[in-house]
Amino acid sequence: MTDSLTFHFDVDGENFVSAGQASVQVKKNLRELGFPPEIIRRVSIAMYEGEINMVIHAGGGAADVDVFEDRIVIVLSDHGPGIPDIDLAMQEGYSTATDNVRSLGFGAGMGLPNMKRYTDEMRIESKVGKGTVITMCIFV
Amino acid sequence: MDSYRHSVVLDVEKCTGCTTCVRHCPTEAIRINGGHAEINTDRCIDCGECIRLCPHNAKKAMCSKFEHYLHYKWKVAMPAPALFGQFDGLDDVDVVLQALLDIGFDDVFEVAKAAEFVSAYTRMYLKTEGIKKPVISSACPVISRLISLRFPYLKDNILPLLPPMEIAAMEARRRAKEQHPELNDNEIGVFFITPCPAKVSYIRNGYGDYQSHVDVVVALNDIYFQLLGAMKNPGQSGKKTTGSESGMIGIGWASSGGESSALLNDNYLYADGIENCIQVLDSIENGNIPQIEFVELNACIGGCVGGIMTIENPFIAKTRLQTVRRYLPVSKNFVSPDQSYIPESFITDSFPSYMPLAKLSDSMAESMRMMAQIQKLRETLPGIDCGACGAPTCRAFAEDQVKGVAPPERCCVVLQQREQQKENADDSQ
Repeated sequence: MTDSLTFHFDVDGENFVSAGQASVQVKKNLRELGFPPEIIRRVSIAMYEGEINMVIHAGGGAADVDVFEDRIVIVLSDHGPGIPDIDLAMQEGYSTATDNVRSLGFGAGMGLPNMKRYTDEMRIESKVGKGTVITMCIFV
Repeated sequence: MDSYRHSVVLDVEKCTGCTTCVRHCPTEAIRINGGHAEINTDRCIDCGECIRLCPHNAKKAMCSKFEHYLHYKWKVAMPAPALFGQFDGLDDVDVVLQALLDIGFDDVFEVAKAAEFVSAYTRMYLKTEGIKKPVISSACPVISRLISLRFPYLKDNILPLLPPMEIAAMEARRRAKEQHPELNDNEIGVFFITPCPAKVSYIRNGYGDYQSHVDVVVALNDIYFQLLGAMKNPGQSGKKTTGSESGMIGIGWASSGGESSALLNDNYLYADGIENCIQVLDSIENGNIPQIEFVELNACIGGCVGGIMTIENPFIAKTRLQTVRRYLPVSKNFVSPDQSYIPESFITDSFPSYMPLAKLSDSMAESMRMMAQIQKLRETLPGIDCGACGAPTCRAFAEDQVKGVAPPERCCVVLQQREQQKENADDSQ
């Protein structure tokens, strides 16, 4: 059985209220599928951080989650400004979020580092002015 | 534990199958089948929303009648602090305590008193090195059950102290034995006066391996009028109350925020209403909350004063409690400053084994196949979540179909579309 199951979500830009809805839905689905709680938590944190990033920096985007029996692959893609220096962006505490965003409690510079920490593999492809695609994989 | 015994029961005669409860159940545990509601007991968390919302009063919580337990030689009443918010113009808790004696109890042990101990020990526990923060209150049984079904990752965050009701029950029994050494264990009855059905379920089923120390649960609204009568004519029984043993903190536990404010720091969050609580738990799981020490969650809006077995609106009850609390000392129960440990009998690490809510199948491959089918089927449904099929949402209906528990004909929109197509086909012939 190699078939995968795909969940697709559109992440609405500039809407902090609904940000995080996709990760809550994925959490529900993974629970129904019977994944262990720790895996579900890792997927949910990585996805939540990614969603928030897309809302803050890219005006929204799309989240696709491919579920296999042995792994879960999350692809987040947007048409935002892109990341000029990925190594810098990966540093804990580095953030380009505006003061407005920070006053909401976001923009602590932990988004990307957390996504890396909670996943087994993470790949960032980004073109300045075109957008960013982040692929994360968690092995079960 | 073979099966969980819930306290919510349905009066089939009264149920019209109107779907109100189906659409509001936070765990999607209810379906309409054969014209009336059916509760999936594995999913039910005893929150009581269905009882609260049923327009036909077809749902009830099963409690015991005080009159049926008069055989206990020594009957101790344990009023939940929410009781004191139910009386108009009440400014002295003693009046209610006296009335409890007058209607037939031999002693009263306030749950608010035990709550003050829990508060003191919680303050102590929060200083322990290496504990998982935020600590989540263990007082609301709905939340405890919800965590065991849906947020198992947070189980180490739960305060390892027994809820005030249990501590009160143990202490009440201890006191009875001290005062009356001649009594046998089975001659002492400890009665909890409950504002909510979830406490009833907790007492019946225990929590994990823990078994409750409460003997009988009486609904608050069931003895309310008896109490009201006794309050008009105090002292009828010839017994005399020794007076309240709790202060502002203990009685404050009746409403949302009371337990938190008793921690005497400002590093806490409190939320009430089941949907809000679920959102907070989701956020804790995602690590998406500020650095806080303590989280108090109450399934009912307003906290325990919002329980469905109360009489008064939760906000009015809360205001009345402010009057009751006004002239009380902050707390009447203290832990000596020399004491640096929590008594072992107050601690529990019991936690029900994780039962994934709504797992589709035991085999993951099968679950994935089913979910793919559900997604496909869901797209053929109207998506208006009308509830006419008996399921809360089109998504849930698709799931029921794939599980083989609901026939596709139950969707009236799809049926109508089919009819229309048939007519069109007939016309064109």
